[in-house]
Amino acid sequence: MAEPALRIDGLSKQFGGLPAVSDVSLDIMSGERHLLLGPNGAGKTTLFNLVCGDLTPTRGSIRLFGSELVGLPPRRRAAFGLARTYQILTLFPHETLCRNVMLALNGLRREKWRAWTAFGTDARLRAEALAVLDRVKLADLADRPVSQTAYGDRRRLEIAMALALSPRLLLLDEPLAGLSRDERVTVQALLAELPSDVTVVLIEHDMDVALAFAERITLLHHGRVVTTGSRADIAADPRTREVYLGA
Amino acid sequence: MAFWVSQSLNALALGGLLFMLASGFSLIFGLMRVANLAHGALFMLGAYLGLATVKAGFGFWTAAAASAVLVGLLGGVIERTLLRRLAGRTLPQVLLTLGLAFIIADACLMAWGGDPMRLPPPPELSGAVRVGDAVFPRYRLFVIGASAAVALGLWLLVERTRAGAMIRAAVDDVGMARAVGVSASTLFTAVFCLGTALAGLGGVIGGPILSVYPSLDQDMLPLALLVVILGGAGSLAGAFVGAYAIGFIYTFGQVLVPDLAYVILFLPMIAVLSVAPQGLFGRRLG
Amino acid sequence: MSARALPFALALVAMALVPLVSTSPFYVNLTSQVAIAAIGALGLNVLVGHAGLNSLGFAVFPGLAAYLVAWLSTVGGFDPVPAGLLALAGTLLVSAGFALVALRTTGLGFVMITMALCQIVWGAAYRWTSVTGGDNGLSGIARPGAGLGLERPEVFLWLCLCVLALALLQLGRFFDSPLGVALRGSRDQPRRMNAVGYDVWRIRFVAWMLAAAWGAAAGLLYAWYHQFVSPHMMAVTASAEVLLMVVAGGAGTLAGPLVGAALVVLLKNLASIWIERWVMLLGFTFVVIVLVVPDGIVPGLGRLKGALKRMRPASGPTISKLVPREGADG
Repeated sequence: MAEPALRIDGLSKQFGGLPAVSDVSLDIMSGERHLLLGPNGAGKTTLFNLVCGDLTPTRGSIRLFGSELVGLPPRRRAAFGLARTYQILTLFPHETLCRNVMLALNGLRREKWRAWTAFGTDARLRAEALAVLDRVKLADLADRPVSQTAYGDRRRLEIAMALALSPRLLLLDEPLAGLSRDERVTVQALLAELPSDVTVVLIEHDMDVALAFAERITLLHHGRVVTTGSRADIAADPRTREVYLGA
Repeated sequence: MAFWVSQSLNALALGGLLFMLASGFSLIFGLMRVANLAHGALFMLGAYLGLATVKAGFGFWTAAAASAVLVGLLGGVIERTLLRRLAGRTLPQVLLTLGLAFIIADACLMAWGGDPMRLPPPPELSGAVRVGDAVFPRYRLFVIGASAAVALGLWLLVERTRAGAMIRAAVDDVGMARAVGVSASTLFTAVFCLGTALAGLGGVIGGPILSVYPSLDQDMLPLALLVVILGGAGSLAGAFVGAYAIGFIYTFGQVLVPDLAYVILFLPMIAVLSVAPQGLFGRRLG
Repeated sequence: MSARALPFALALVAMALVPLVSTSPFYVNLTSQVAIAAIGALGLNVLVGHAGLNSLGFAVFPGLAAYLVAWLSTVGGFDPVPAGLLALAGTLLVSAGFALVALRTTGLGFVMITMALCQIVWGAAYRWTSVTGGDNGLSGIARPGAGLGLERPEVFLWLCLCVLALALLQLGRFFDSPLGVALRGSRDQPRRMNAVGYDVWRIRFVAWMLAAAWGAAAGLLYAWYHQFVSPHMMAVTASAEVLLMVVAGGAGTLAGPLVGAALVVLLKNLASIWIERWVMLLGFTFVVIVLVVPDGIVPGLGRLKGALKRMRPASGPTISKLVPREGADG
């Protein structure tokens, strides 16, 4: 059996004695679309923060394509092919969409340390940024400042910022949060077009979209894995109903 | 031996004064996320007001009470009329309190002149006590006791009363505290008054030891900042430990290496920051 | 020369022409003071305007450099130029050490720690009398360039303006560069910057060192201008004055620190002529700026211009309303 894209082993995180994530073990295979399911406070976003390095686990290991991530700062994990989006928009509001993406593109390059040449005049970088924006259907708004765009456009830019890193593992934290029905359809189409070799882990409360997208699902509750399985397994599992309706 | 004992008492007295100054600063900081850089100037204003009251023929205790009340009221006015407009904006708040510090300091210079003045201790506390072969000024013993009493009072207020519970809740999370019915507006003003009143009181209590002079504010504010950096913002325990630590380091530094006493103060700050950037008892400030 | 550089070039030329217009050394010296203050304010603006790090101890950089050059060229017996270079290197070295402490925090923690750091050095200058001369300071600092006539006020002014031009050029390019954009990125969204591969600490460190370098340059010029240093140049009021220049002019803009430096230096000199209460005036200026133009004069004027344009309908091409107006500095 091949090495999984992401192997989480015995991962725990406590905040001042309160467990947020407890002994989570999870294998996600390369190219898989995986959904994290669970009520609020189940530990989904905490798990993302642990994987991307914003939080340090109390215990456990996180391996990305065989390399241990625990102990590495977030910027080093980005170099391993990890990218994420945030539930709360995390963009540069004073810059244009294009410059937002250019900034993300530069993150893993040596050119980011240049202190004399102009950022805006790098034609190659700009072309790459436009290509990324095109993937999220924002190329025509490229030169508009983020502060003058609609919320739905910002949600897509949030995804573009992650795609700019050409990730092997993409963590999407509620990419549909706050979107209208039409905007949801656009983003859903966008998710469907993600290259099949990119492994995607998704947190999403819109069940129609999430279930249509994900092949495998992990149900989390109180920071623990309740069960992992295929769509049909989870739907049939009585614990799913229990978590959502009973607890 | 007598040297160590008497210097330790000096250190305790300075630590007590620093606690009165820094505890108010720290409470305001923890609750409102405001670094009140006018705190040193308010301490000095308290000392001058106390001096003026004594010179007008009133007793020391009246002067202490009057200073605390007047400086506390001034603090309340500053919070209500100026700081409130700048809620949540760090740089403007810093600039405003700094500007007020300059205005207050220069107003003191204008009103009372540039010569250092001595604030006499109350007659019942003048003179010295002999313990073995060491001699202590009676007043310093009083300062040590008074600051400990203030510390105890503050601790009881914060930990044991309903108002204190509100303060603790709001320090943790203002939004949450509002949701459960704490009036943040009233609480902010009350804590700002309390914090500045403590600074004013500290100024009078400190007057007989430090004497009263124009750059007193600039000497005290950095010490208060060091206390808060060491102990952690918003923590009463942190202010307590930090104040006495700085009191000891500064007192002994001045006696043993007078040239570099100020530089030595810096060492615990480096040590603490390298282990815990939020201070010994503080929480990380977002 | 780009259109953006033109106003700066004009301002510098106008300042350089002051000695030809006025025969009184007073105005020449005043212009030198503005130039020196502007170099320092430009340095602080890197931290306050672009890194989002509000330093209340900026005076430590010029202070260190001025004291080092003073000590090296008087007690140390060095010639002015090597003394200046050593002072610059020494300031950068100490500043790098300070960065390890100061950059562990952001926000109000940074405000307090930078203030404390400056106070420590002030304390050393004030109390360590055997080395620093205490409150009397160090005097008799020789100016460099004996053959170039730098002892004459107008020549010294031109040296200051050359350094100012260099600062404007370097910082203007820096703010537009990938690193400059990344610096503002780590001010606005440090978490995102980290997640896409940037080393936020190192970016802030570069900003800190850049501020230190221009602060040190201002300090060298200050020491050579007055030929005297005292602890007062590191007092809280000194740091506050530089901060006022940046904020009053407009943090984050290139022109702001220049305008702010002119404002504060002129105010201070006028105040010393007519009234004695500079500190009180400084305090009131803080309060007024914060309450009236919190984002500074340069952005304030920009907004005013925009408002006037909107009030005059149909006089200009209507397309100008559709194009989003850029901020003063991107």
